[in-house]
Amino acid sequence: MSSNFRIAIRFLLAKKRSMLMSLAGIVFGVGFFISTQAQLSGYQDLFVETILGTDGAIRIEDRIQATSVFVEAGSSKGNSTNFFVSDKNNRRFVEGVEHPESVIEAIMELSNVEATSSVLKGSVQLQSALREDSGQVFGIVVDEHMAVSALEDQIVWGSITDFRQAQMGIILGVKMAARLDVAVGDSLIVRAVDQQRRLKISALYETGVSEIDKKRVFMHINTARSLLKKPHGVSFIQVSVFDRTRTLIDSDLIENMTNHFSTPWQEREKSLLELFKILRISSAITVSTIIIVSGLGMFSMLVMIVMEKTREIAILRSMGYTRGDISSIFLWQGAIVLVVGTIIGCCLGVLMTYGISKLPMPSAGLFTSEFFEVNWSYWHYIQAVVAATFIVMIASLIPARRAARLVPGDVIRGTAA
Amino acid sequence: MSDKAVDREIALECRDLHKHLGEGEMQVHVLRGVNLKLYRGEISAIVGPSGCGKSTLLYLLGLLDRQDSGSIHVMNELVPLDKDGEHTRIRGENIGFVFQFHFLLPEFSATENVMLPMRKLGRLSPKEMEFRAVGLLEEVGLGDKTHRLPSQLSGGEQQRVAIARSLANMPGVLLADEPTGNLDVKNSLMVFESLTRLAKEKGQAVLIVTHNPELANKCDRILRMRDGLFIDS
Repeated sequence: MSSNFRIAIRFLLAKKRSMLMSLAGIVFGVGFFISTQAQLSGYQDLFVETILGTDGAIRIEDRIQATSVFVEAGSSKGNSTNFFVSDKNNRRFVEGVEHPESVIEAIMELSNVEATSSVLKGSVQLQSALREDSGQVFGIVVDEHMAVSALEDQIVWGSITDFRQAQMGIILGVKMAARLDVAVGDSLIVRAVDQQRRLKISALYETGVSEIDKKRVFMHINTARSLLKKPHGVSFIQVSVFDRTRTLIDSDLIENMTNHFSTPWQEREKSLLELFKILRISSAITVSTIIIVSGLGMFSMLVMIVMEKTREIAILRSMGYTRGDISSIFLWQGAIVLVVGTIIGCCLGVLMTYGISKLPMPSAGLFTSEFFEVNWSYWHYIQAVVAATFIVMIASLIPARRAARLVPGDVIRGTAA
Repeated sequence: MSDKAVDREIALECRDLHKHLGEGEMQVHVLRGVNLKLYRGEISAIVGPSGCGKSTLLYLLGLLDRQDSGSIHVMNELVPLDKDGEHTRIRGENIGFVFQFHFLLPEFSATENVMLPMRKLGRLSPKEMEFRAVGLLEEVGLGDKTHRLPSQLSGGEQQRVAIARSLANMPGVLLADEPTGNLDVKNSLMVFESLTRLAKEKGQAVLIVTHNPELANKCDRILRMRDGLFIDS
């Protein structure tokens, strides 16, 4: 144990009450920081999982129409050069994907692309024995769509196997089923433009997203083609990926490769993701005030120690302790409180996060959950420790510099300011 | 080299030291060209009226303060004027202090207080430091109180711990500013006797600033100071 560290511990223990107050501030600040970040990112992750499970990581839709501008450059000799300039601001789109097979073949070359599903989309009217409602039909190839969505896991009544086997089967959201007052096994009439089909309900699903659960219905793509009278092409291709953090890059690549408009989940849900980000920053700032207050407490404690120990500091200097030694004695005090505080604070964070995750908190709308959602990420602990370190080191540095500047002769003569 | 020559080895020397204190109209020329040599094994006392510059000189010689002009040599090494790190190193290796107040660190036991300078110098192992600290405390008559905190010792005992601490690194020079100024007669004599006996035994140059003529007369040399200068020696 170094001499400076030994002195730091003794100085600190001589101010037990102030030290414990500062320590408590760090412990609670770090603990609250971790638990609030765990909750907010837990809900954000659940939201992301939900949207990835319903709408996929990337959606490819609408072919981009060439909008190059033809330019002719002439010279004085009468020669001329022709070239095209691409005009991205005036892009036009042709609805849907006309040749999904060639687009899928191209994007499957990308290492991050896991699976694809061609979807034919259209508006329909659904009529049960008692009621009528409007909906949005998704014509899918079952096995393809299971690979890019969590539909199978979202089935709450019936089964995907029943749907697979029933060519005239349909899957409804639980909210729509409730509005139409139908259950699995019931039939209903589905109308689109001048076509109508009687389909049997194979299963009911629940994503937790109200807008989806009350509007979206799934049927086999061939049934949807005949109902919507769209024999060729699809409305969009839903893509699942191995690494969801790389989708922004992949989406750009897909757009360039296929000449189709491509939207990654981050852009699709930008507004809600921004809201989560703002909430996380806001709560981090709010909770950091606890650490800041404890940092102020530590600052005043160390200033008090410097004031009370001026003679001891002078005598240490007279024994050969350098300004650096004196400074390090006070920095050690801050570091001791910081290390002990952050270790206990991290433990408190673990306990609080675990306790919160066991609290019942039924919620639906954006997602479905029965308990508080938390996310166990070491980043929350790193962020909390970095915030505490930053504040405590600033709080320790000023008194440490002040202590190091003391002139021993002045202090011993009793003339120190 | 004869024994006598060893005795007269110069431990500390200052030449033409000048020091002003205060600023502007309040500035006082405290030291006006002081010259002094301290020899190993010799105990010198500085006496003089209050404000004549005794303590100021002591702090300059102990490198706790900086002179305006003049030079200081410690163990034949010229002390650079504006290098705080060098001052600290020379002080730690060669100079021990005893002040009017003991200035012991209240959180540390007597042994730990004596070990503090040794820990900084780092020449001995922790066991050797403790052995030496206990030995020094035994030499000042506190062998049975080595683990006591300063608050559990009397004023005289605290000052004797301070003496043991000043000798911890075996410095060549021992500077004492009114070491008995805060003690009763009995304790004064005991502290003075401890200080001078140990210094003699270990061949240190001792400079004591005192108002006590009885103690000054027990020293090898008395330096009388007035208005920032020695008036005889």
